[in-house]
Amino acid sequence: MRLRPTLTAASPVQNADRRDPFWARLGMVVLHPLKSLRQRINRWVAGRVTRQAGPVSIPRHRIYIVPTRFGYGYGLLLLVMLLGAMNYSNSMAFALTFLLMGLGLLGMHHTHANLLNLRLRAGKAAAVFAGEQARFQVWIENPSKSTRYTVALGWPDEPPAAYLDVPAGGHAEGTLPLSTSQRGWLRAPRFAVATEFPLGLLHAWTWIELDMNTVVYPAPATQARSPPIAAGDTGEVANNRRGVDEFVGLRAYATGDTPRTVHWKSFAKLGTPLVKQFGEAVSSECIFDWDALNELPVEARLAQLTRWVLDAEIARQPYVLQLPEQRLGPALGETHRHACLRALALYGLPA
Amino acid sequence: MSPAAKPAVSSYLHVATLLRLLAVLLLVLAPHLLRLPLWESIAVIAVLLWRGWAAQRHFTMPSKWIRGALTLAAFAAVYASFGRINGQHAGVALLVVMAALKLTEMDQRRDVMVMVFLMYFVCTTHFLFSQELWTLAYLLFATVAVTTVLIESNHAGAPLPVRVTLRRGLGLVAQAVPLMLLMFVLFPRVPGPLWGLPSDAGAARSGLSDRMSPGDIAALIQSDELAFRVRFEGEAPPQNQLYWRGPVFWDFDGREWSEGGPAFNAPYPVQLLGQRTVYEVTLEPHRAMWLFALDSVDQSALPPQSLVTVDGRLLAGKPVRERLLYHAASFLDYHAQPELPERYQRMALRLPRERNPRTAALAAQWRGQGLDDEAIVNKALALYRSQEFFYTLQPPILESRDPVDEFLFVTRRGFCEHYASSFTTLMRAAGIPARVVTGYQGGSRNRIGEYYSVRQSDAHAWSEVWLAGQGWVRIDPTAAVAPNRIEQNLQSALGANEALPFAFRRSSNQLFTQLAARWDWVNAQWNRWVLAYGPELQKELLGRFGLEGWRDLMLSLIVALSVLTGLLGLVALHRARPARHTDEALRLWQQATNRLARDGLIQRPHEGPQQFTARVLAQRPELGALMQALLAAYLAARYGHQDEQCQALGDAVRRFRPRRVKP
Repeated sequence: MRLRPTLTAASPVQNADRRDPFWARLGMVVLHPLKSLRQRINRWVAGRVTRQAGPVSIPRHRIYIVPTRFGYGYGLLLLVMLLGAMNYSNSMAFALTFLLMGLGLLGMHHTHANLLNLRLRAGKAAAVFAGEQARFQVWIENPSKSTRYTVALGWPDEPPAAYLDVPAGGHAEGTLPLSTSQRGWLRAPRFAVATEFPLGLLHAWTWIELDMNTVVYPAPATQARSPPIAAGDTGEVANNRRGVDEFVGLRAYATGDTPRTVHWKSFAKLGTPLVKQFGEAVSSECIFDWDALNELPVEARLAQLTRWVLDAEIARQPYVLQLPEQRLGPALGETHRHACLRALALYGLPA
Repeated sequence: MSPAAKPAVSSYLHVATLLRLLAVLLLVLAPHLLRLPLWESIAVIAVLLWRGWAAQRHFTMPSKWIRGALTLAAFAAVYASFGRINGQHAGVALLVVMAALKLTEMDQRRDVMVMVFLMYFVCTTHFLFSQELWTLAYLLFATVAVTTVLIESNHAGAPLPVRVTLRRGLGLVAQAVPLMLLMFVLFPRVPGPLWGLPSDAGAARSGLSDRMSPGDIAALIQSDELAFRVRFEGEAPPQNQLYWRGPVFWDFDGREWSEGGPAFNAPYPVQLLGQRTVYEVTLEPHRAMWLFALDSVDQSALPPQSLVTVDGRLLAGKPVRERLLYHAASFLDYHAQPELPERYQRMALRLPRERNPRTAALAAQWRGQGLDDEAIVNKALALYRSQEFFYTLQPPILESRDPVDEFLFVTRRGFCEHYASSFTTLMRAAGIPARVVTGYQGGSRNRIGEYYSVRQSDAHAWSEVWLAGQGWVRIDPTAAVAPNRIEQNLQSALGANEALPFAFRRSSNQLFTQLAARWDWVNAQWNRWVLAYGPELQKELLGRFGLEGWRDLMLSLIVALSVLTGLLGLVALHRARPARHTDEALRLWQQATNRLARDGLIQRPHEGPQQFTARVLAQRPELGALMQALLAAYLAARYGHQDEQCQALGDAVRRFRPRRVKP
């Protein structure tokens, strides 16, 4: 099942056509009547699709239906059978041909009804890095009492991404993958909900544009550039890549310190316990500064900062992201990571 | 189809889907398998079994070279069996074997669609062989089964339970039946054939032949197959007058009679006397030209495109390959060809030289006694009556060069063709012009429908002699030997130890006879109204409703079809509508808020009624009072006493009629 290729390139056509002078449009109508008609239909269909928050119900007048390749084949078969029945004046052959014609006509209603009144709702869409596939989750609810089989979801011009059976009174969940190339907001475009069930002779579909958006993070830089290490309050350089085992210094004992960390040698000399401090405890957070990379172009800077953020997360090293108008952190963890990556993704873009 | 165009998700063919397809294919092919040559039936079943096995073991399908070789072998084998690869029988044999071979390249879900189309087509070809009433059940059953496979093949993912697809298939076919009936009645029928039929078209049937030798009719009457049905308008003539005239034989080689005679399209002048009998015949196809009519048919009211030959046969314009309905009228009293031209006389007297000498001698002896023609006829009939002649289904085989002599003077046991043949020979030897007529005699009356069924077992042969002043006179020598055959029926004429193979049908079991009569009546109606439904019947039937001509039919078909399809579409829409909420308060609330949804104000899943109301009022302040009242009523119904408050909510919903916002 391919999602109608003829009715897809609507929006560019629309814009191009609007700009065409009158004589060009007239020429189009005269020279390519079919193509121009198709463009008109495309414009009309596209004009009917509005971006909605959802849930979106599929109403009767928004379902389009055309025969499939097999539908045309079926028509041909019936024509041959009808001619055969006429030639042999065979009543039973007439009966079978007419029964199959009836089936074809009914198939139209049943295919149409297989989409009717389904409700679509945007699900989750996790943020991804540019170059990865964004995955928009779509929920289909079936408020009717009959199961809807083989409902396809897909982008225009592409094979369906998911086939769903939606149980009566229940829902099903499908995912629309969309490849990304640029950082920033990604708006899910119009997609098709289509079906050919039950007979496969007709293709019914509707266009839906749910208000689904996701953030695309900049693609992280691939070459490792050593991060600038800021010493935090003291300004001293510490190797933030060291693990917790690295001995850094001593401090006064506080309740709760384990006996294992007590520095017994100095305790013997001083009489008061001192506690060994290790790398983590003493390391100051690093600052990933926009201005530190001023020899790089904007996108490369963002890529580099992204890389550092990711590396810091892996190393469990708290970090600060310093952007021209924004300072995030110091902190560590999922929320901070997302805030930083999001800031990087949307840097310089209109809100 | 390029691989890119194939959707990846649905191309995998599940084993269960394939096995179901094989089962349905077997069902669809089954009636053909009984008819086809044995090698082919075995080969087809073997391919089916192999494919099922291969599916379970996940074999790869054979290469295209092997498939090509198998295809060629199939063509060659069909040619070897039938001597041709076109025509009805060979064509169907080829179609069936190709359908089986298609399985060897089927490994994609999409191939199932092609297979389904093929199966629908194979179903059609059954009706070339049989259109009896049971085939209607077969048609519906096979369509449901094939449609079930079609539905199955359009479901992505794991195969659906058979219960689900079967219910869908049944539902679809049940809804399609009214559409079928409508199209069957109203679709304009054209007289066929459009491009001619293969020479072997139609079902294989027994019937009268264009030759007759001893034993032929005795073999034919073993069949209980229907020849035709006839319904009389008004009183039916008595049983012993029901002589249905078929092929007439002039040429005799001493053993076998064949048609011969004068050019068939010369006129046959008949002087008709007495009562006119009008009747309607539904003739089963027998692939020959002749139609059956009572002697002697009224030549001024012949069925369309038919003619009466020089010897009084009624011929159709073309071989009867489909069930044919025609009206005819006859006069049972007549003088046929009172003046017999000299040429015809010679033809009606011709006998092979030096054959059957004892017969010739007997005739000469009678002639020598100075008897006239009529007296000789009576003398001959008296011979059959007075001597020890027996009417039997199992006469001794006549092997000598002079079979008539052997029968008349030695064996004296025979069936109607023996009597007709010997009598005609005797007459010719005595110089009386005579010929053999074959056809059917009698028929069984069905009291339920008041019609007669004439079967192959009613096949009969008799003689006609030409007497000056009377013309051709029918003489039935069998009547002299076995009057019961003519007065009643065949079984009563035969000895008690000679049961017909279908004798149980005519048994004295009251209940069985009744049921058989009813069944025969149902079949008669089926033939009369369904199978014979063609251009003429359609014109006659629809003319009564004022529908005349192609345009009327097409227009009424389109209108009726649209209305009926529309109604069935409403059923589909109804099934697809959102189910009613079981919660009355919630249902009413949604009924009201749906009126806002038209303008894009939709309650979000996370919004409670109060939040939603606040949002509505922010956007549509003019709804203030109405919306507040609605919310209050809903909350009261929701959290208060349901039954009473729901009434109040209902009122609030009725009053809640927000004006649409112009976009």
